[in-house]
Amino acid sequence: MQDFSGITNWIHTTLLSFMPGWLTLCVECVLIGVGLLLVYSLLALFYIYFERKVCAAFQCRLGPNRVGPLGLLQSFADMFKILIKELIHLDHIDRFLFALAPYLVIIASMIGFAVLPWGNGLQIIDFNIGIFFLIACSSIGVLGILLAGWSSNNKFTLIGALRSGAQMVSYELSIGLSVVTMVCFAGSMSVGDIVMAQDRLWFIFSGHVPAIIAFMIYMIAGTAETNRGPFDLPEAESELTAGYHTEYSGIHFGFFYLAEYLNLFIVSGVATLLFFGGWMPFHIPGLDGFNHVMDYIPSVVWFIGKAIALSGIIIWFKWTFPRLRIDQLLALEWKYLLPINLFNLVLMVLVITFGWYL
Amino acid sequence: MLSLAIFGIENNALLAVVAVLTGFGLVALAMWLAGLISPRSFNPQKGEAYECGIPTRGESMAQFHVGYYLFAILFLMFDVETVFLFPWAVRMRELGVDGLISIAVFFGVLVLGLVYAWRKGALEWK
Repeated sequence: MQDFSGITNWIHTTLLSFMPGWLTLCVECVLIGVGLLLVYSLLALFYIYFERKVCAAFQCRLGPNRVGPLGLLQSFADMFKILIKELIHLDHIDRFLFALAPYLVIIASMIGFAVLPWGNGLQIIDFNIGIFFLIACSSIGVLGILLAGWSSNNKFTLIGALRSGAQMVSYELSIGLSVVTMVCFAGSMSVGDIVMAQDRLWFIFSGHVPAIIAFMIYMIAGTAETNRGPFDLPEAESELTAGYHTEYSGIHFGFFYLAEYLNLFIVSGVATLLFFGGWMPFHIPGLDGFNHVMDYIPSVVWFIGKAIALSGIIIWFKWTFPRLRIDQLLALEWKYLLPINLFNLVLMVLVITFGWYL
Repeated sequence: MLSLAIFGIENNALLAVVAVLTGFGLVALAMWLAGLISPRSFNPQKGEAYECGIPTRGESMAQFHVGYYLFAILFLMFDVETVFLFPWAVRMRELGVDGLISIAVFFGVLVLGLVYAWRKGALEWK
């Protein structure tokens, strides 16, 4: 299996050879920060292009195809456009909270980004409560959205923010319970340990029926958590203009857009981690030759590939299901997903106790 | 022993701070850049709320549907209960039958809470 810790260790020893320890640590922290920033923005640009192309395919259109070959430079053009848009100064807003909201939203997604298992030896934050930390930090994003809606002092944004808040906190419960189910199975909350536990077979295959139910609930709740697809009523454009970010302009608005795409990646990344082995290559117990070939594909490619495939499914949802009403949305969570989830946890305990897993 | 930590940094809190600073830096940098290159023009109408075209009457930070509070409180209870499930989930195999019995009682209370809220009609959007 390819191991990126060789590269990082080489950088570490090279830096140590001509620098004192504290300076090496500073340089490495800066390197990690720059790396995070680069991957963050590149993935956001890719996701904008990816979603537009997928949407176009669902509607029998071509999608972006003028800027660059196959429209590949379209998202760069969009980024420059949004940077040179005017930042409108409003009279009626709460300035401090209005400026604070994008910081919270971006920081929440950046922490989630750093916890993800990027590759063998490329795990950045690996707390022993890693997955719990990720859920806790992604909740900060809700605060940012509520602040954005409230501080804009606009009826559309207030309603949008409240809907978004109610939706995100409700579905967080389902995410939490699916994660508990899989933590039960893995026996650890550390991201690295969960990936390592799937060395033989991914959890979706080894976890029997409860893992599959947990995966389905996780995907539904994850779609709701990112305010996408059939659950996009916080931004229902026919009734609320744009929901909580109506009053934002230029790059200020762009941050919410950016965070939404990156949250899509984080949700798919966590699904990859819990059910599809994180960066672990596809292994079939017994077929050593096949497993060996699979190990040649770098772990980063495995992780990003699986995460993008899963976000493709979430984008697919959007074009398949009509938008829900708020009462249907809350009934779906509290009357269907939550009881099924509680039942599923009991099922998982039975599967583990009686050893029915593969 | 293979060290999975990047650059061998074992201090995860430090890395979390790095991630927070990166997020902060991204927003601050982009805002500064946009402030440099974006145009500026002043017009009294631009500062108004984007609502329906005529000046807004009254306060927009108004009262809202009490149902949102209800669901927030329900969420708070169930989320705290989920948090209590996490420590047991990690050590489930080691705790064995004793742990299973204890958590079954806790879990029963959780389910009863949901049933109670359901029967009370707290899960209906009115």
